[in-house]
Amino acid sequence: MISLSAFLSHPRFRRRACWLLLLLCFLGLVPVQRSIDLRRGSDRTITEVLFLPSGRVLRKLSLGYEGLLADIYWTRVVQYFGGKRVAHSTDFKLLGPLLQITTDLDPQLMIAYRFGSIFLADKPPRGAGEPLEALALLRRGIVANPDYWRLWEDVGFVYYWDLRDYPAAARAFQAGSERPGAMEWMRALAAKVAAEGGELTTSRFLWSEIARQAGNEQIRKNAEEHLMAIQAADDIAKLRELIALYNSRQEPPARSFQALVAAGYLRALPRDPSGKPYVLGADGHVRLNPRSSVDLSLLQ
Amino acid sequence: MLAVETIELTKDYRLGFWRGRVKRALDRLSLRVEGGEVFGLLGPNGAGKTTTLKLLFRLIFATSGTARILGKQFDDLAVRSRVAYLPENPAFYDHLTPQEFLTYSASLFGLPAAERRRRSGELIEKLGLSDSRNVPLRKFSKGMIQRVGIAQALINDPDLVFLDEPMSGLDPLGRREVREVILRLKEHQKTVFFSTHILSDAETLCDRVAVLHHGRLQGCGELNAILRLGVSTTELVLEGPSAEVMAELMPYASSVIRTGERVRLEIAHESQVEVTLEIVMRSKTKLISVNPVKRSLEDYFLQQVGAVD
Amino acid sequence: MRVVTIAVHTFKESVRQKVLYNLVAFALLLIGASILFGSISVGVEQIILVTLGLSSISVFGLLIAIFIGIDLVSKEIERRTIYNILSKPVTRAEFILGKYLGLLLTLVVNTAIMMAGFYAALFYQKRALGPGDLVYLGAVYFILLQLAMVVGIALVFSCISTPVLSAIYTFCLYVIGNFSADLRSFGQGSQSPILGLVSNGLYYALPNFANFNVITQVAHAQKIPAYLWVGNSFYALLYLAILLGLAVLIFEEREFP
Repeated sequence: MISLSAFLSHPRFRRRACWLLLLLCFLGLVPVQRSIDLRRGSDRTITEVLFLPSGRVLRKLSLGYEGLLADIYWTRVVQYFGGKRVAHSTDFKLLGPLLQITTDLDPQLMIAYRFGSIFLADKPPRGAGEPLEALALLRRGIVANPDYWRLWEDVGFVYYWDLRDYPAAARAFQAGSERPGAMEWMRALAAKVAAEGGELTTSRFLWSEIARQAGNEQIRKNAEEHLMAIQAADDIAKLRELIALYNSRQEPPARSFQALVAAGYLRALPRDPSGKPYVLGADGHVRLNPRSSVDLSLLQ
Repeated sequence: MLAVETIELTKDYRLGFWRGRVKRALDRLSLRVEGGEVFGLLGPNGAGKTTTLKLLFRLIFATSGTARILGKQFDDLAVRSRVAYLPENPAFYDHLTPQEFLTYSASLFGLPAAERRRRSGELIEKLGLSDSRNVPLRKFSKGMIQRVGIAQALINDPDLVFLDEPMSGLDPLGRREVREVILRLKEHQKTVFFSTHILSDAETLCDRVAVLHHGRLQGCGELNAILRLGVSTTELVLEGPSAEVMAELMPYASSVIRTGERVRLEIAHESQVEVTLEIVMRSKTKLISVNPVKRSLEDYFLQQVGAVD
Repeated sequence: MRVVTIAVHTFKESVRQKVLYNLVAFALLLIGASILFGSISVGVEQIILVTLGLSSISVFGLLIAIFIGIDLVSKEIERRTIYNILSKPVTRAEFILGKYLGLLLTLVVNTAIMMAGFYAALFYQKRALGPGDLVYLGAVYFILLQLAMVVGIALVFSCISTPVLSAIYTFCLYVIGNFSADLRSFGQGSQSPILGLVSNGLYYALPNFANFNVITQVAHAQKIPAYLWVGNSFYALLYLAILLGLAVLIFEEREFP
């Protein structure tokens, strides 16, 4: 057995032992850091936002690196929002200030206005449920970028979907259609909304146009989710009528869609837009399959 | 006891971008230095003299081989309290005065405060620095810096002193001072190991020398023995010899140098001196001097070094 | 102890550097000026004084730490004064530790001077100091911990690189260390799981300076929670041990041809 002192006195072993010790210390940093992070919560750096001077002051302080800083803040917005969604939280109070700072730092960061407005306007738990804040954000974006027509599109959207203010929505779409580079359908949209704001068909038209024209993958997906929800609501309404019809003519009352298929009321088992079959509950109500990816809450 | 002993001390440097080429700065140096002697490490620039000293003080690490200082392994830190090192063209902390610098050096040896003050004071006196004891070192001339360097080397009263090119860049006065210090150290039975490329200094000071060239030991030995080696010639200086006398003397002369009226002849063999003197006397040529010419260190050096090139 | 001797000598040497006086003078000037800035808008004078004052201490402290940090080893090697020390019975570890302690002392003294200036300005503004003002000591303590780490980083770079490069690397690492959480977000946001893993590893490996930043909290009269005192002190201690160990291990292998 080599004694410890002999082991340590040999220079090479001593050095190896030192390196090993250093490595252990390094690994020891991890739990310390984690415990600090845990206590502070991941909001720590972000809560500072409430205390920061205005974004414009920060812009001056950033000494030419405001673009980089804007990107950093945008990443923090995404992290913050994502973290809240994962935790099923309904408290998004820092979202507004964070977006304010981000867009102050870089008024041309379109993604901050567009996604920011979606995060803000969507109802909890999907978003902050603050459509008016979303509008304020978009307006500031329009002031900084008057010719970017898509921001008008987003404004129109918030009015249409979240505030159900159809005249204002129509005006927004109209204003957007006058901007250079605006798509043709904006004018058609303006007209349709003005005429038949509350109709489901208008909504379907709106969302399908967005999905078709969206330059951005995320926005397209968002539109498609809305479309699927509309489609599913439509399907469920029609299926309910069909079941009522069946029950009025047949005994016993329908327990599953198989009965309707067998009786010729349906050609095949009905599926929702995501491909999952609808469920006829024991209480006679039509529901979405639990494994369906359609989100009906979008229609509220 | 041997003061210094190196055993196959070798240093390789890896050069080039990919560290592929190997340059051998010191090749299996094996030296022995006796206690109490003044040992000179000679060699042209780049021979490996500074490399040797730095290896001994572990400022660079040997690729292979080992060494012993005062009987202990050279990586034994305790031995450092009994030795001293003065690097070539030394640099010290600019803003300190000699007094402050010496007390700091002394404190690194762990000397108590009173002792530090006493020794710094003594050395400042001994090396003629009293007038500038409170002047910051950055205002010192080269010669004075060298004196401070020697002072800091002696602060711990070492038994063995290593000096790397101690005379480099000094004026004749400075060089004499350094020579005196070395001689005084020898008087006190200290060992001095110094490297130089100035042969006359080695001649006057060293008991033994070693010659390094291209990192290899070319020769080593007692100075007297080296200087007595080989044939010693005799030099004859004549004034205004006639052509006939010259013709007679020519067969015996290994070299002839004319400077105006004077002719210097070197007679190759001792046995021939009598004959040539007879010729001179007979012709009544004026004889200025007759001197034995000792083989110089330069000859030895050039022979050792020249043999390699 | 030789370490203490070297430390004291290093302290005396770095204190004579003119650059230090200039930096401290600027810091005090800025702290004084923040009183003026505060008087421009009503109600926020103290917030502005505290924010600007503590930020000045942080920024100038950083500059001082970098300036004196690079002197640690690079200068000694460049000026060749190192031969005299290493040929004495002094181990390389003692040399490094002594140097670090000396510079740490310099840093502490300079920070104390700036802090005194800060409290003087605060007194001038408020006409009286109360126990609530002790919380700023906490902020300065955290700043000191950060700076101790910065000097440590400068020390490590100083052992392997030239003075100018060491300063640059140290500064870069300081900036990165402040954004390490964002770095991790960038990495985790990307699609590649490898990048996510790497950025996570980097988050823990890089010095996390954001932990120590309590200036805005303190300016808005919030208390510093207890776990942060303990956590930060422990973190700094651990990280310093690593840095110093690294510096010693590197320096022991270094040659001076």
